[in-house]
Amino acid sequence: MTRSAQAPGVARPRQAPPAPPAFAMTAGHVELDGRPVLRGIDLRIDAGEMVVVLGANGSGKSTLIRALLGLTPMSSGSAELHGVPPARFRDWHRIGYVPQRLSVGGGVPATVREVVASGRVARRGRLRRTSAADRAAVARALDAVGLAGRAGEPVGWLSGGQQQRVLIARALAGEPDTFVMDEPTAGVDAESQGLLAASLATLVKQGRTVLLVAHELGPLEPLVTRSVLLSGGRVVHDGLPGAGGSGRPSADGHAPHDVPPSGDGARGEQTDGSGCHPHPGREQARPHAYDVSGGPLNPGAGQ
Amino acid sequence: MIEMLQYDFMTRALLAALLVGLAAPAVGTFVVQRRLALLGDGIGHVALTGVALGFLTGTAPVLTAIVVAVLGAVTIELVRARGRTTGDVALALLFYGGIAGGVLLIGLAPGGSNSTLTSYLFGSISSVTGQDVWVIGVLAAFVLGVVAVFGRELFVLCQDEEVAKVSGLPVRFLSLLIAVTAALTVVIAMRVVGLLLVSALMVVPVATSQQVTRGFTTTMLLAMLLGVVATVGGLTSAFYAEVAPGAAIVLLALAGFAIALVVGRFVRRGRARETTP
Repeated sequence: MTRSAQAPGVARPRQAPPAPPAFAMTAGHVELDGRPVLRGIDLRIDAGEMVVVLGANGSGKSTLIRALLGLTPMSSGSAELHGVPPARFRDWHRIGYVPQRLSVGGGVPATVREVVASGRVARRGRLRRTSAADRAAVARALDAVGLAGRAGEPVGWLSGGQQQRVLIARALAGEPDTFVMDEPTAGVDAESQGLLAASLATLVKQGRTVLLVAHELGPLEPLVTRSVLLSGGRVVHDGLPGAGGSGRPSADGHAPHDVPPSGDGARGEQTDGSGCHPHPGREQARPHAYDVSGGPLNPGAGQ
Repeated sequence: MIEMLQYDFMTRALLAALLVGLAAPAVGTFVVQRRLALLGDGIGHVALTGVALGFLTGTAPVLTAIVVAVLGAVTIELVRARGRTTGDVALALLFYGGIAGGVLLIGLAPGGSNSTLTSYLFGSISSVTGQDVWVIGVLAAFVLGVVAVFGRELFVLCQDEEVAKVSGLPVRFLSLLIAVTAALTVVIAMRVVGLLLVSALMVVPVATSQQVTRGFTTTMLLAMLLGVVATVGGLTSAFYAEVAPGAAIVLLALAGFAIALVVGRFVRRGRARETTP
C-alpha cells in the first residue's frame, strides 16, 4: 500500500516539469544569539516528496524548517519556497504549517471548530462570508483527524495529542499543497500517532509535499521516502530513511542510501523496492553523506 | 430609569456608557487572548500625559489623549515585537513616564493642578458633553468596525503569530491595528470609568464570560453584553445611590465575575461528567 502510494510523488520530478522545488536552501547559515545553528545547508525538496528531517535536540532541525518558511532570518545563503524567497512569497495558501506546540495558545477559550476554521484564513477575502466550500473543508479536516465529534468543545478540554491533531486539522482545512510540520509526533499518544500516519498517507497519495521534523520516525516510517539527518547544523545524511531512520548514518564509508540498512529486514526490503531513488536532490546531497560517513560518527546524533 | 432620562446629562452619560460597554470588551477579547491583559493599563497611564498636554496647549484633552495614547500603543507594540524579555521592563518605564509626564505637564498648564487630572483618572461621566458623545460614538464605531472586518485575521494573530505569518497575514499591520484600537478604546472609556480603571472594562467582562462559554465568538458576544450591563447598570445605581459611577461600574463587573466563577464551576462539572466516556 505504501509503495504504490508513493509512486506518483516520486515519479513527478522525472518528467522534468518546469515547476520549481517546493523547498530549496543553498549554503544556508543561521545564527541565533550569535551561536551558529545551521552551518552550510544545501537542500532541495521537490513537489510531491515526503521528507522527514531527523536529528538530536539542538541539531538545527526546527531552525531549518523555520528558515525555509522565512520565520528565522538567515545570516547567509538563500532559501526558496516554490522558487521564491520567503520574504517575497505570496502564495501562502499553498503552505500548511503545523507549529511545535504543547498546547493551543490563547487566553480566551476557542472551540475545536473555531481553531480549525481559522486555517481557512489564507483562502478567504477579508469580507467574504463563510461559504459552503469553507464549511466542507473544515468538516473534512475534522474527520481526517477523528475529532468531528468534539468540534464544539473548547480546545483546552482536549489532551495534548488531541490538541496536536487540532493543529494538524487547521493546516488541512486550508487545503494547501505543501505541508510543514514541526515535531507533530512529539509527546503524542499512540492513537493520535496512528491517525497522523493515516492522514499523511492520504496526503502523500494525493501527491502533496510533506516536510516534517521528527525526533524519531515511529509509525511514520513506512510513509517516508527520504530522510535528512542533521547534526551540529549540517546535513550528515540525505537519502532513504533506513539508515537515517535509525538515527545514525551508516558507518562503512559508503553513501548510506547505496547500502541496504543492516539489522532490519522489513525496512531493507522496502528500500530495495523504491530502488534507485530518483529525486534530483540526491546528487546534491551525496557529498554530505560521503563527507561524514568517512569520518567518526557524529556524537549525539543518535540520542 | 425614566426619571433618569429627564436629565440631559444622564441621557448623554447613558449613551456614552452603552458605547463603552460594547466596545471595550470587544477589543478586550483579543487583548486577553493575546495575553496582554495589562496593555490597557499601560496605554491608560500614557494617555494621562496626553490629557495634560491638552490642558497645557489649550486643545481638547480628548484629542491630545487620542494622539498620545496611539503613539504610546504603537511604541508598546514595537517594544513587544522586539522580544518579550526586555519589553517587560520597557513597558514599565513607559507607564511611569506616562503618569509623571501627566503630573508635570498639568502643573505647567495655566490654572491646572493635580485635581484637574482626577476627573480623568477616575472618570466623570456626568460631565460628558454632546461633543464628547459624538467623539465617543465615532471611535466606538471604528473599534467595532475593526473587530467586524479584521476579526478573523486578528483571531489567528492572537492565537499564534507565526502561524499568522505563514498564512500570509500582514502581521505587523494587524499588531499595530490591535494596539491602536486598544488605544482608542482607552480614550473612549476614559470619561466613563477613568484612566486607572479603563482596563477593567476591557478585561473583567471577558474574564467573566469565559467562565461559562466554550468558544471565542460566544465569549466575545457575552462579554459585550456583560460590558453593557456593567456600564449601564453601574451608572444607574450610581445615580440613585449617589456614589462614584466609575467605581460602581467596575465593582458591578467584578461582582459579575465572582458569580460567574461559581456558576462556571457547576456548569463545567456538569459538562465534564457528560463528556467523559
